[in-house]
Amino acid sequence: MTTTQFLSDTRVLTGRSLRHILRSPDTIITTAVTPIALLLLFVYVIGGAIETGSEGSYVDYLLPGILLITIASGVAYTAYRLFLDMQGGIVERFQSMPIARSSVLWAHVLTSVTANAASVALVVVVALIMGFRTGASILAWLAVIGLLTLFILALTWIAVIAGLSAKTVDGASAFSYPLIFLPFISSAFVPTESMPAPVAWFAQNQPVTSIVNTLRALFAQESVGNDLWISLAWLLGILVVACAAATAIYRRRIR
Amino acid sequence: MTTEQISPPALRVRGIEKSFQDLHVLRGVDLDVAPGAVVALLGSNGAGKTTLVRILSTLLQADAGSASVNGYDVAAQSGKVRESLSLTGQFAAVDGVLTGRENLLLVARLRHLKNPGSIADDLLDRFSLAAAGNRPASTYSGGMRRRLDIAMSLIGEPPIIVLDEPTTGLDPQARLEVWRTITSLATGGATVLLTTQHLEEAEQLADRIAILHEGRIIQHGTLADLKRLLPPAEVEYVEKQPSLEEVFLSVVGAPTTPTTSQDLR
Repeated sequence: MTTTQFLSDTRVLTGRSLRHILRSPDTIITTAVTPIALLLLFVYVIGGAIETGSEGSYVDYLLPGILLITIASGVAYTAYRLFLDMQGGIVERFQSMPIARSSVLWAHVLTSVTANAASVALVVVVALIMGFRTGASILAWLAVIGLLTLFILALTWIAVIAGLSAKTVDGASAFSYPLIFLPFISSAFVPTESMPAPVAWFAQNQPVTSIVNTLRALFAQESVGNDLWISLAWLLGILVVACAAATAIYRRRIR
Repeated sequence: MTTEQISPPALRVRGIEKSFQDLHVLRGVDLDVAPGAVVALLGSNGAGKTTLVRILSTLLQADAGSASVNGYDVAAQSGKVRESLSLTGQFAAVDGVLTGRENLLLVARLRHLKNPGSIADDLLDRFSLAAAGNRPASTYSGGMRRRLDIAMSLIGEPPIIVLDEPTTGLDPQARLEVWRTITSLATGGATVLLTTQHLEEAEQLADRIAILHEGRIIQHGTLADLKRLLPPAEVEYVEKQPSLEEVFLSVVGAPTTPTTSQDLR
């Protein structure tokens, strides 16, 4: 199995699933609806009472966490799409053809990155309308995009595990609920110092806090410090483990 | 029989066994299919027809025994097997979101063929789907979907075509359409293995029939061979009553052109 064949098969299959999204773009919009609602709720209703201790407006403080929630809810569709493909006969058809075995998974992963990037862009536009401002340099923006892409990839491979091993449609997307909830117990909405000690300990030591702090620092043109390295370590670790597990499950399922 | 011994078989199955937990589905299947033959694998529900077909198309590994497709071993040379054989499964494996044409393009590109566009248009014509080519496949009738599915398996002209219960779930008109398609495949020189539980289908389409029962091929031969297994027919005079199928087809009008299935959906 040559690399060119893998690339060509992955490209063709990615084109197929992107076409699915273009034919029903509502998945991109529904992915963005809840994060936008949270953005509105927290900025215009609750945020006034929140002491963030930072200089910028609350929408500046909140956006990084909201972007992570967008991705966490977006990958549910990744699992859903993969589950439907596995249920229907189409994956069997692909497997009975002389194509690169893993290209079926990679096509879903690349589609997930594209769809989530579109949802994230939609949320950023709404945030800009609501007054989000950043003086971030092009380099800082590239770092933000890189970190968000890594976050999408890590969560996508978890979604692939769910999509491959689920028995029902509901089961395929249920894995995303705890992921959506994780930013609430982090520095995404309020500073962790305001939480009771055990909760604060959890919040400070889970990946979302480091990622949110890094994104916030990049947007505010501040130094990212150790948070960047902690974020990268978490994301790469999750990515490698989830990718290996998903590939192993896939091999066992299709032989 | 002599030609079979001279040319290497398109499919060669020896002692294939397969169990699912305690269920011993295949218990030593032996089968040879000569190039260009149309063989019906006949068996009741759960006889293991699909299991055998999945082993031949590399989707499943056998517990014991060996099988070769076009001379390639299914376990050791799966890549070559996948190039030689194409499978049309029991459930039409078409992408409902994509149009019929896009489905064909997808398979042509995955088979790394040049001019996928002209291949797709050609097949749409051959399978009387040209008018529906730009509609999503989910809007197709059962017969049209199955025709599209078979058209997709022909891309790249694999020498061996396996059809797993090609007419299951189709109405009588659609079944006749699919039968015509299979007959034309056979005239084109392809080797066809089709599974069915309908005796009539096997009788209509196949030049050889293999009966799979309790995990083994218990009989394999032409229809005439199989008929000889029974005592010679007695001549009886019976009034010829039209079958319900004949009545149905004459009342609704038998399909003249396959495109009418659009209206009958």
